Amino acid sequence: MDLTFITSNNNILIVLESILKILIVLLPLLLFVAYLTLAERRIIGFMQLRKGPNVVGLFGLLQPWADALKLLSKETILPTGSSKTVFIIAPMLTFILSMIAWSVIPFSETFVISDINVGILYLFAISSLGVYGIIMGGWASNSKYAFLGALRSAAQMVSYEVSIGFVMVSVLLCVGSLNLGDIIEAQRNMWFAIPLFPMFIVFFISTLAETNRAPFDLPEGESELVAGYMVEYSSMSFALFFLGEYANMILMSAMTSVLFLGGWLPLFDIAPFNLIPGPIWLIIKISLCLFVFLWVRATTPRYRYDQLMRLGWKVFLPFSLLWLVLTAGFLVYTGNAPVIYQ
Amino acid sequence: MLNLFKYLKSFFLLELTKGLSLTLKYLFKRKVTINYPHEKNPISSRFRGEHALRRYSNGEERCIACKLCEAVCPAQAIVIEAEPRPDGSRRTTRYDIDMTKCIYCGFCQEACPVDAIVEGPNFEFSTETRQELFYDKERLLANGDRWEEEISKNLQKESIHR
Repeated sequence: MDLTFITSNNNILIVLESILKILIVLLPLLLFVAYLTLAERRIIGFMQLRKGPNVVGLFGLLQPWADALKLLSKETILPTGSSKTVFIIAPMLTFILSMIAWSVIPFSETFVISDINVGILYLFAISSLGVYGIIMGGWASNSKYAFLGALRSAAQMVSYEVSIGFVMVSVLLCVGSLNLGDIIEAQRNMWFAIPLFPMFIVFFISTLAETNRAPFDLPEGESELVAGYMVEYSSMSFALFFLGEYANMILMSAMTSVLFLGGWLPLFDIAPFNLIPGPIWLIIKISLCLFVFLWVRATTPRYRYDQLMRLGWKVFLPFSLLWLVLTAGFLVYTGNAPVIYQ
Repeated sequence: MLNLFKYLKSFFLLELTKGLSLTLKYLFKRKVTINYPHEKNPISSRFRGEHALRRYSNGEERCIACKLCEAVCPAQAIVIEAEPRPDGSRRTTRYDIDMTKCIYCGFCQEACPVDAIVEGPNFEFSTETRQELFYDKERLLANGDRWEEEISKNLQKESIHR
């Protein structure tokens, strides 16, 4: 392999810089994931008039660490009859995919790991790939529950990606760029959540389905499928699935923030608000979205499979298509439609 | 017309917002959880917990070995053997309760004519081995001495109903 690219003095700095950037993003992200699990248990507990875990450390703040230690000290079980390689690769794939998507999320005007022109397309591609981890895990387990869970998950993710795609296209029409930084910059005067409010709702509900969260959590519906595609997983491989799933939730919240809630833009561009740095604003918005994720989980019962499909194909798809046409028509009528540069 | 109304209702997610507002209200309500080892629920004076053999205030054991409790016990958890003591009074030489058999029905304390065998307010007597749950007379009398204050208070409270 030609190592001159890396070994030349200037390029070492570039490599080091990007590694540093990656660490700056990923370490807090993993911490965020850990505390998201705690927040989930606490908030849902509160909504059910319980207290949730509050014993390990102050307010239960050490609970995620206790859980992690417990998972790590357990045995990794490889079921007989499972396809071992795929079985082990599947959780890694889920985890890696949920991590690499963060490379294009902009945290402020200047801080992005890689500021590529087709950021939104990249995000969409990565989130679509997420289904492979689940399918592989379900298939390789050689268990009927895991297999059924994986099938459901695949069908569900594919169905809702369609409407997510249309929602994204309507946002892109308003911006005229696939770059996430440009999308945020375009929301300086008004967040897209206001003019595109129905699309915002459709997008948010679709992200719930995309991340297999309640009320669309039937891939792992514990009452009928034990734990769905994760049935046969234990220890570290389970932890990776778990981390990946929660990191995906955070990623989807970040996407919602970037597309509709103005990313790192402050709430109002006036004194007390614009003094808070951009990354903090993004984290606040992500946390709000995540709170709604948990809030919905505490509220809604699980959808039946046919209801899920009906909602995806017969309600969201035509609705987002209609709204896309309306948006495009409005933009052309007012002369704001994006221009194709030759 | 009714159909249209229903359609609009589901279109604007009315039911969902109603449900969400309800759960949001519950988020701020007072929690009902009891932090068990630190906080405990109040216990009724009729609570049927761990058994105890009581004594009279002069230290003499109450049990007269009538074996009514042994007879009434539906789980046959009680075994009693008795002999007259040198002073001529009839007392048990053996009084065993198998706590793993006991179903805590309270029949023994109902049957007892002298309020000797009583189910006290203690419910925290879990053990690490099964053997520790085979209570003998000594253990039961020790329980009686330990819980006498609460037990006599509870019996006093319940006496108007008996």
